[in-house]
Amino acid sequence: MSWSRKHLLDIESLTAEDITTVLDTARAFKAVGERAIKKVPALRGKTVVNLFVEPSTRTRTSFELSEQRLSADIINFTAEASSLKKGETLKDTARNLEALNIDFIVIRHSASGAPHFLARVLNASVINAGDGAHEHPTQALLDTFTIREKKGRIAGLNVTILGDILYSRVARSDIWALTKLGAKVTLCGPSTLVPRVFEQMGCRVTHDVDEAIRDADIINLLRIQHERQRKSMFPSLGEYTSFFGLTAARLARTKPDALIMHPGPINRGVEIDSEIADCPRSLVLQQVTNGLAVRMAVLFLVNGGKGPQEVAP
Amino acid sequence: MPEPTVILDAVAMQRALTRIAHEVVERNEAGSEVVVVGVQRGGVPLGQRLGTLLAGIWGHAVPTGSLDVSMHRDDLDQRVAPNVQPTVIPFDVTGKTVVLVDDVLFSGRTIRAAMDALNDFGRPRRIQLAVLIDRGHRELPIKADFVGKNVPTAYTERVRVRLAEKGETDAVVIEK
Repeated sequence: MSWSRKHLLDIESLTAEDITTVLDTARAFKAVGERAIKKVPALRGKTVVNLFVEPSTRTRTSFELSEQRLSADIINFTAEASSLKKGETLKDTARNLEALNIDFIVIRHSASGAPHFLARVLNASVINAGDGAHEHPTQALLDTFTIREKKGRIAGLNVTILGDILYSRVARSDIWALTKLGAKVTLCGPSTLVPRVFEQMGCRVTHDVDEAIRDADIINLLRIQHERQRKSMFPSLGEYTSFFGLTAARLARTKPDALIMHPGPINRGVEIDSEIADCPRSLVLQQVTNGLAVRMAVLFLVNGGKGPQEVAP
Repeated sequence: MPEPTVILDAVAMQRALTRIAHEVVERNEAGSEVVVVGVQRGGVPLGQRLGTLLAGIWGHAVPTGSLDVSMHRDDLDQRVAPNVQPTVIPFDVTGKTVVLVDDVLFSGRTIRAAMDALNDFGRPRRIQLAVLIDRGHRELPIKADFVGKNVPTAYTERVRVRLAEKGETDAVVIEK
């Protein structure tokens, strides 16, 4: 196995072997996080810019800590505090950053394809931290890592993704990653948010939540993306909860070893009952821990992908 | 491709490891203070063998671990990212004599990285280095304390250590 990519722009263009390489590497970085000294010098002397044009707390914090634990130097940009607010284009902002001789840009942007655009115009490595409703590759990698860690495998598992699929970049990245690794993915939610067109990505689509979760090994809940919905896609949150929310009663009818995931932030009482979010079958906080390890692995691999492609002895 | 030259066969390899074990014992009278750490990948099975030999001589178990140095290498931006292997050191190294074990000592850069990596786990009393083969061409001021065999090599030659743990017959060969 070897990784020769300079960027991480999406999951769609990765092979199953690429994904497995990230997961295997992340396992070693998870061990680093459990030591007394949680820092390694792998990115010493490298500079990373976190360009978060769209608000984000947990992904940005996770990237920041990952970069610090790899000994990189960090610059943080947020939309509110940057010259993008003054009308500068993304390209100019990025080229100005690159004039500072930076090595990596981690970008979160509301426009799908923004990371791909930067990868074309810059020399730095670009890592997609979420672009519009397109992809959120590191989230899919940490989800896959968490599933593999808990279940020992991905291939053959029944994974149900429940909620707002249409507007979710997490769903798209998860679907790519899981299907490439051989999981059987079922999508469920209101028909307005889970259109049949997703069957083309190799998933099963259903609008009956009890049927969707009955045989699931993993139930991955997604938040309703208020900010991306231009019109109301279902009558009310209350109605959403009664039709699609994961309640204790619904959970009782699933396989006893089915595990629950959620990328956060959780809307307690909407897509999931509050007590279920904290129950032992919930992997929510383990996803956060694993996010660090996966992001360290991605930065580490992408760093190697920049150099001449020969393997040292 | 010419036939690889055999430097050590299985018997000679076993003899070299046994001699190294006795030299470690001679140098470290208090066996209770010694731990063995094999450097991924080739050093790990050799470290386990050395740990077993030492335990046989001292009559008590010798803690043995494995160390991956990928994250501490000095050439990470000049090559494809290395395959990171597990680091397992289930004991405290602080105050101990750590015998680092590797299969082939070449530039010395792996050992430099290993000493840095080891420091993240504590402050050993001292670090000693045991290698099966010293092939020369050092790029750093590093010297092994225990050597199975010194082998003069050309820079471009490859020294391969074949081990039973990896499904091969024990041997050390040079490939031109």
